[in-house]
Amino acid sequence: MNNKAGMNVAERTAKYIFTICAVFAIMAVCSITAYMIAKGTPAFANVGVLRLLFGTEWKPTAATPAYGIFYIILSSIVGTAMSVLIGVPVGLLTAVFLTEVSGKKLAAIVSPAVELLAAIPSVIYGLLGMMLLNPLMYKLEKIVFAGSKTHQFTGGSNLLSAIIVLAIMILPTVVSVSASSLRAVPASLRAASLALGASKMQTVFKVTIPAAKSGIMTGVVLGIGRALGEAMAINMVAGGAVNLPLPFNSVRFLTTQLVSEMGYAEGTHRDVLFTVGMVLYVFIMAVNLLLLKMRKEKASDE
Amino acid sequence: MKKSIVRAIALGMTSLMMVATVAGCSNNDDNNAKLSGKISLAGSTSMEKLCEAMSESFMEKYPDITVTVEYTGSSAGVESLISGSTDIGNASRALKDGEKESGAVENIVAIDGIAVITDKSNSISDLTTEQLVSIYTGTVTNWSELGGADEAIVVLGREAGSGTRGAFEELLEVEDVCKYAQELDSTGGVLAKVASTPGAIGYVSLDVVNDTVKSIALNGVAATKENIVAGKYTLSRPFVMATKGDISAQSDLVKAWFDYINSDEGKNVITSVGLIIPE
Repeated sequence: MNNKAGMNVAERTAKYIFTICAVFAIMAVCSITAYMIAKGTPAFANVGVLRLLFGTEWKPTAATPAYGIFYIILSSIVGTAMSVLIGVPVGLLTAVFLTEVSGKKLAAIVSPAVELLAAIPSVIYGLLGMMLLNPLMYKLEKIVFAGSKTHQFTGGSNLLSAIIVLAIMILPTVVSVSASSLRAVPASLRAASLALGASKMQTVFKVTIPAAKSGIMTGVVLGIGRALGEAMAINMVAGGAVNLPLPFNSVRFLTTQLVSEMGYAEGTHRDVLFTVGMVLYVFIMAVNLLLLKMRKEKASDE
Repeated sequence: MKKSIVRAIALGMTSLMMVATVAGCSNNDDNNAKLSGKISLAGSTSMEKLCEAMSESFMEKYPDITVTVEYTGSSAGVESLISGSTDIGNASRALKDGEKESGAVENIVAIDGIAVITDKSNSISDLTTEQLVSIYTGTVTNWSELGGADEAIVVLGREAGSGTRGAFEELLEVEDVCKYAQELDSTGGVLAKVASTPGAIGYVSLDVVNDTVKSIALNGVAATKENIVAGKYTLSRPFVMATKGDISAQSDLVKAWFDYINSDEGKNVITSVGLIIPE
C-alpha cells in the first residue's frame, strides 16, 4: 500500500515536471512574441509605417534623421532567395548522388563531409568568406566595372559574396533532409519505373524526386529559415552599407542591421532597430508556419 | 504642537550636519573616504565611454560619492553648467568665447585622435583635408586622381551611431554626406578590411593603429600623439570638462574628481578608453 502511494507521488511529480517544461517553452515563445511586438511597434507611430517600411534612406544619426528600411528588407529577401536558388539545386543533386548514383564507398565519404559542413560555426564561414571570397570578388568587380566612373568599388564585400556564403551554409540542411526523403521512397516505385523501360536518370527525375517532393520542400524551407536568420557570416562579407541589393553593391541584411547598430543606438534609432527585429521575426515565423503546415499535410498524406 | 516637533527635528538635523561638516573639514586630508555627496556631469555624448569608465573607477575609490552623467550634447552640457544645474559641463570641443565669457572654464581632460589609414601597398602618404573630404563624399574615386596608382578607392567607415564615425564626420564637416562602400561595426573590422583590401581607406582611433596598415599624414602632419598634443593634427578634438570658475574654486567633491582624473589611476582610465592625455 505504502509502496503504491510512493509510486503515485513519483508519477505525479514527474507529470508536473513535464508540464512545467512544456509550459516553459510555450511561455518563451509567447513572451518573445509579445516583447517583439511591444518593442517593435512604437517606431511605427514615431516614423510612420510607410516611411519606415518603404523608405529607402537610412540616416539614423543625421540632423534630420531618415529611418527607411526598405533596402534592408529587400536585401534580406533577395539574398535569401538567390542563395536558395543556388543552394537548393546543388543540394538536391548532391542528395540524388548520395542516394541513387554513388556506390556505398563514395557515399561513405561524401555523406559525412556534408554533415560536417553543418557543424562548422557561421563565424568560420564568415572568416573564410572575408579572407578568400572577398578578394576574389574584388578582382571580379574590377573586371566587370573596369573604367566605370559611377560604380562605387566595395572591395569585394557585396551581395554576391553573401549569397555564395549563404548558399554553402544551407547546403547541409537541404542535402540531409532531401537525402532522407529520397531514401524513404519505396523501392517498388523505382523497380516499376525501371521495369517499364525508363533509364536510371529518367527514374530519378520522373519518379523518385516527385515521390519525395514534400520532404525536399521541407528541406528547402529549412534552408530559407537558415539563410534568413544568419547574421554573423553575412556581417563579415556583405559590406554593411545600406544599398539597393545589386550583385556588386555593399548591402545590409535585417540581421546584420541589428548586429552592427544595436550597440550605440538610442531613442528613435533604437526603436527602429527593434522594428527591424520584428520584421525579421515576422519573416521567420511565416517560414516556420509554412513548414508546420507542410509537415501536417505530409502526415495526413501518409 | 506638530510644528514645534518639526522645528525641533529640523534644528537637530541642522546642528548634526554642521558638526558633521566641521568634522569632515578637519579630517579631510587624512581620509578621502569621508567625502560624500553627489557630483553631476552633463554634456557630450561622445564622452560617454570616458565618463562611464572614469565615474565607475572614481566611485570605487570614493564609495560615498555618487557621480551622475547625462549625455545631452556638448552645447547643452555647457549651458546647464552656466545655468548652475550641473557641476561639470562636458564638451567634446573647445569652449566658445561666449561660453568662456559666461564663466565656463575649459579643463581639457583628454584628447581624442583619429588616424586615417590605407593598405600598406598604397603609394600615397599624405592627404589634404580637402582631398580626404572629396574621397569620403565620393567625388574622388580613384587613387590616380590624387597622384597615386590606378586603383579604385574603397571607402570604409563605421556604422551610424559610432563615436569614431561621429567625430570623424564632425571634424571634417561631412556629417551624413559620406558615401561608404562598407560600414563595419568595429575598430578591428576596419583595421582588418583596410589591411586586406587594395585601395582601401578607413579611419580608426589613433591608439589602435598597427603595422598591418599605413597611417596617412594630414596636410603634411603625421598622426602622432606629439602632433595631436601640440594641436597640429586636424583630426583630433579635446574632451573638455568645464567648470564654472577655476577648479580651485569648486567644491571639495569636484576637486576630488579632477584630482582623480589627474592621478595615475585617472590617466590609466583615459588611456584604457583609447584617448590621449593632454600635457
